[in-house]
Amino acid sequence: MPGIKLSEKTIGIIQQICSDFRNEGSELINVLHQTQGKLGYLPAEVQEVIAKELNISVAKVYGVVTFYSFFTMIPMGEHPISICMGTACYVRGSEQVLAEFKRQLSIEVGQSTPDNKFSLNCLRCVGACGLAPVVMVGDKVYGRVSPQMVKNIISEYKEGCASEAKSA
Amino acid sequence: MTKKIKISINGVFVEIEPGTTILDAALQAGVIIPTLCYHKDLCVAGNCRVCVIEIAGQKRLAVACATPCEEGMEILTNSLKVRNSRKHIIELLLSEHNADCTRCYKNGNCELQNLASEFKIMTQDFIQLAPLRKYTIDMFSPSIVKDDSKCIRCQRCVRTCVELQGVNALTVAHKGDHMKITTFFEKAMNDVVCTNCGQCINHCPTGALVEKNYIEEVWDAIADKTKHVIVQTAPAVRVGLGEELGFEPGARVTGKMVAALKRLGFDAVMDTDFTADLTIMEEGTELLTRLKKVLVDHDPEVKLPMATSCSPGWIKYIEHMFPNYLDHLSTCKSPQQMFGALAKTYYAKARNLDPEKIVSVSIMPCTAKKFEAARPEMHDSGYRDVDYVLTTRELAIMIKQAGIDFMKLEDMHYDRLMGESTGAGVIFGATGGVMEAALRTAYELVTGREVPFENLNIAPVRGMEGVKEASIKIENPLKEWAFLEGVELKCAVAHGLVNAGKVMEAIRSGKASYHFIEFMACPGGCLGGGGQPIPTSPEIRRKRAEAIYAEDAGMPIRKSHQNPEIIKIYKDFLDHPNSEKSHHLLHTHYTSRERF
Repeated sequence: MPGIKLSEKTIGIIQQICSDFRNEGSELINVLHQTQGKLGYLPAEVQEVIAKELNISVAKVYGVVTFYSFFTMIPMGEHPISICMGTACYVRGSEQVLAEFKRQLSIEVGQSTPDNKFSLNCLRCVGACGLAPVVMVGDKVYGRVSPQMVKNIISEYKEGCASEAKSA
Repeated sequence: MTKKIKISINGVFVEIEPGTTILDAALQAGVIIPTLCYHKDLCVAGNCRVCVIEIAGQKRLAVACATPCEEGMEILTNSLKVRNSRKHIIELLLSEHNADCTRCYKNGNCELQNLASEFKIMTQDFIQLAPLRKYTIDMFSPSIVKDDSKCIRCQRCVRTCVELQGVNALTVAHKGDHMKITTFFEKAMNDVVCTNCGQCINHCPTGALVEKNYIEEVWDAIADKTKHVIVQTAPAVRVGLGEELGFEPGARVTGKMVAALKRLGFDAVMDTDFTADLTIMEEGTELLTRLKKVLVDHDPEVKLPMATSCSPGWIKYIEHMFPNYLDHLSTCKSPQQMFGALAKTYYAKARNLDPEKIVSVSIMPCTAKKFEAARPEMHDSGYRDVDYVLTTRELAIMIKQAGIDFMKLEDMHYDRLMGESTGAGVIFGATGGVMEAALRTAYELVTGREVPFENLNIAPVRGMEGVKEASIKIENPLKEWAFLEGVELKCAVAHGLVNAGKVMEAIRSGKASYHFIEFMACPGGCLGGGGQPIPTSPEIRRKRAEAIYAEDAGMPIRKSHQNPEIIKIYKDFLDHPNSEKSHHLLHTHYTSRERF
């Protein structure tokens, strides 16, 4: 497969997912979902393999990947941080919370820290509006977050003891 | 027959077929509703909202292009509510549009500009977002310029690229106010699967997609007294050019076009139809040779069906999409490139000119020809074979710039040596034409008799059906072609790349058993090419096709092998079809490409 710099193993994983969905172009979203679940993100090379396997245009794959905010084309950090920008969270100050995360981590939305420990994203409503503003780190939800709390949230994960933090 | 339904448009009652959209019903009633994202060649999108209308009893406005009429509907297309909404919609489109109209290539031929003019958009009530957006202008392609600052995201180009052409180079990416028309990973058009067919240009309502123009370069060459500037004109240009210069679609302006080119200052005006005839000689011989190698010698290296190679959009398409089938392509260059290679060899020698001083220009109905002329292998004369390719539209611009009153020009004839052509050459401009021309010559070479169709008109390969089929049984061939006795030559014709794709899939799956296939990238063939006058529609293309066949019927010679200049070039220069010299100058090879 000239021009594609993925390992044989990664290509095999993608091919398996595609064949699980009978290599049907109409299953594109399911294929993307599963592939991101396995590989973490959907870079150009991965999209090329999927397009080839499903016999659809790679431009179409790109169109779908960029349309849904769930899909990402850059690697997520070990601890993906998502700040809710839904209406309730927004009016209760999630923008200031986001600004503090950006300042503390020195990254923009959609980026990862150089050590790949954290990545920063926005999302729309996790259904916990009573706790607004809401921040998620991995699967854990933090409610009523203020900019002052941001430093502590990050430090929970800095020492690599996320499991302790969870039980805390 | 289904019962008609009765509706009223602006108080006038009309009866229409059920299922008719409000837009079409209004047209039938003589009411024009403005549109932008709507195009006759494409599926309905309903995204620009310019065609909003009011239906009595409904609170919300509806879009005329996507709403079917219902019994008793009372439609208002010019109420205060409609006019105000429509004006706001146009203003909103303009707020995101780089409306620097005087510096735009499409100035004077822009549907958005026309609407702004019609609705007298004199104020800017909305925040002007265009200056704040980081729009991209992609000028890397030798054929197409894509300027996102002019894009109104109507997606006509995407629908064209997907529905008409099956290329899928363009896509809609991102969403909301970040939504844009782009390619895979926002690469340059030149780095993706784009075939340069230019159909997106023909269907773009604004200046977001235009041809890369070489008008100034050609003016400079003409002004340079040390240069000998020659020009060739493709078959389809003569039935399109008139539309840009005051004629109705379907006007044949061959003689006026030649006269105009001479007035522009070209040193020699010759005809691509001549090399179309030459293509028939070379390609016809190649087909017969392939048939012999397959049927008699059983040579596994030789592939059938053989596919034509005149359309550079089709060539790039197969290189990207079916790279394992490049052996099926005829090795013949396109008529444009044959002409280019001969201009700086045969013509230079005959006219005693230094080929280095020759500037070779072509007028094409095509934007892919610009890419083709720039291909690195197209230097067989020792120089770049074709220096500049202009579209029909660019030629019209030059004629206007030169102040030529085109309507009043007296007809003139092409210059000699490579200016003589036949009816077979001119029908290259219509879908099925190459096939028809090839059969007229090949059948006669093999049997010694004229092709068995009335007046040489091979009707099964004519018309606008996407894929056409024909077969001719060969009986009583001449002695040297005895192996073809009883062979039924099966042919197919496909135009529009989406149809080309269907035929290729049939070949790949083993369902098709053709010997010879004509492929043309554009709907209708070259007459519907990406370099032809805008607008285009099925009706306009049909009129151009009628003109092409009328041109053929009016020619004294209608078979390529009887063209006296073709006979002369083989006698004086090329020896015989598929000779060593022919192979060097007139044949080529292809490149396998990625499918981005």
